Amino acid sequence: MSDNGSVAAATWEQVELARHPDRPYALDYIHAIFSDFFELHGDRVFGDDHAIIGGPAALDKRTVMVIAQQKGRTTAERAMRNFGMANPEGYRKGLRLIRQAERFQFPILAFVDTSGAFPGAGAEERGIAWAIADNLVALSQARVPIVTLVIGEGGSGGALGIGVGDRLLMMEHSIYSVAMPEACASILWRDIARKVEAADALKLTAADLKRLGLVDEIVPEPPGGAHNDYGVATDAAGAALRRHLGGLEAIDIDRLVEERYQRYRKIGA
Amino acid sequence: MFRPKTRYVALPSPRAGIGEEVDRLTCPRCDTSLEPARLTAALGVCYRCGYHFRLRAPERIAMLVEPGSFREEDQGIIARDVLGFKDSQPYSKRIEQSRAATGANEAVIWGEAMLAGHRLVIVCLDFAFMGGSMGAATGEKITNGIERALQSRLPLLIISASGGARMQEGMLALMQLAKTSAALGRLAAAGIPYISLLTDPTMGGATASFASLGDVIIAEPGAMIGFAGARVIQQATYETLPEGFQTAEFLWVHGMIDLVVPRPELPAVLRQLLDLYTRNGIAADFELPRQAETPAPASVVPR
Repeated sequence: MSDNGSVAAATWEQVELARHPDRPYALDYIHAIFSDFFELHGDRVFGDDHAIIGGPAALDKRTVMVIAQQKGRTTAERAMRNFGMANPEGYRKGLRLIRQAERFQFPILAFVDTSGAFPGAGAEERGIAWAIADNLVALSQARVPIVTLVIGEGGSGGALGIGVGDRLLMMEHSIYSVAMPEACASILWRDIARKVEAADALKLTAADLKRLGLVDEIVPEPPGGAHNDYGVATDAAGAALRRHLGGLEAIDIDRLVEERYQRYRKIGA
Repeated sequence: MFRPKTRYVALPSPRAGIGEEVDRLTCPRCDTSLEPARLTAALGVCYRCGYHFRLRAPERIAMLVEPGSFREEDQGIIARDVLGFKDSQPYSKRIEQSRAATGANEAVIWGEAMLAGHRLVIVCLDFAFMGGSMGAATGEKITNGIERALQSRLPLLIISASGGARMQEGMLALMQLAKTSAALGRLAAAGIPYISLLTDPTMGGATASFASLGDVIIAEPGAMIGFAGARVIQQATYETLPEGFQTAEFLWVHGMIDLVVPRPELPAVLRQLLDLYTRNGIAADFELPRQAETPAPASVVPR
């Protein structure tokens, strides 16, 4: 195999690890890291989306607002969670939680894990793109500290819809991409089989994104991946979230919101 | 039929609480003869089928707060027949009769109380008094409760059980929707948490104002909650309504409420919520952030 070929194969291994069916999902992290999580439901408009979950939870002496993408473990739960692909209702519930976090001064901790927002006719009719865009504005202006942790797949706008914040952390074997490799291969080459090549070209691993300066910290996973030891993975995630949140809480909120603006403003400038 | 007719049956005597009921009481849903003592011990939930009986406001409050901690306010605010309204009988007479039959002055009571170590303001509607309908006095008391929460920076719990605006007070009643909502808008702007508990039934103007504006909205199982009543909808549109239409469970599926909570679990759920929503303190000088260009469709609170 050529060098390029072996690098691509290694990248693809990361993609598969990020999608490993036994990987800890958002609720595994939430229950390990927080106490007293109270899940809120419903967008107050149309429905309750089980692909995006959230609510207040206790972290040490403070209440935080958790917003997360949740995949299903069993066949029934996968269907119930729509394979972690949220509809507009999920993003609008997220917006409700963002507003509430501001109102009650709960820092926001977001767990990203989706292959993307749901590509469906109903989602289009109910304005999936509008729902995501509203969240990008709301998160960019929210007057509370925000830490985002990518735990598995960060898929496109669907991930970003809960993923704008002051710090971006990625689990060691997670990925974050403008589009999933399959979609990218299909868009660029009209050939889904070229997904491995696409995955490598996209620079979507945590290590790649750290080099690009988009990621603040890579959270180490146990040998072989987070699925091998949930406790090690969730402890490392909890420690990283606490450390970053503690740092952000020390910053004046006006300055923090301005720094958040500049954080995105300078990307590609 | 989308729901059993017996669902409409109310407690036999509106004056009697669940504990003071006559010898026997029949569950309107499963038709079981219930022993009053056992029903009271079960918090007014049928111990056979789980049907949640309607509660009087004082019973409800006693069930939730620390004993003796509730101090009722505004007992002297009483409905007045400003319009000289008369249906089958004059409204003024209806008010008198309701007061005599229920022992209550209005369809709502409110005051400060302690719940799981938290001081809070509780506003509780009383369906037994003219169907919990909201007239000017009702709206005034609710708004006073909201403003107390605002001034004293205390969490607010409103327990709804209301047929909506009180017809006999016309537009004065309708405007109570605007008044209570405006006050809740200020409460939200001040960053003070509001928990809305919806009980059977919460309809019309109650749902279209204070009841649906909670930061967290919880409801009792099987509670009828909606805007237009099922009969009105059917008469207006000849639509066949789905099974379970306008129940708490129906609303949960449609994204309108956060959780359906059986009555025995309410104290624990309220304690958890009060802990979570007060742990960071209630901001002394919170200002609403500037809004995005696009209005937020999912926002709970109008701004």
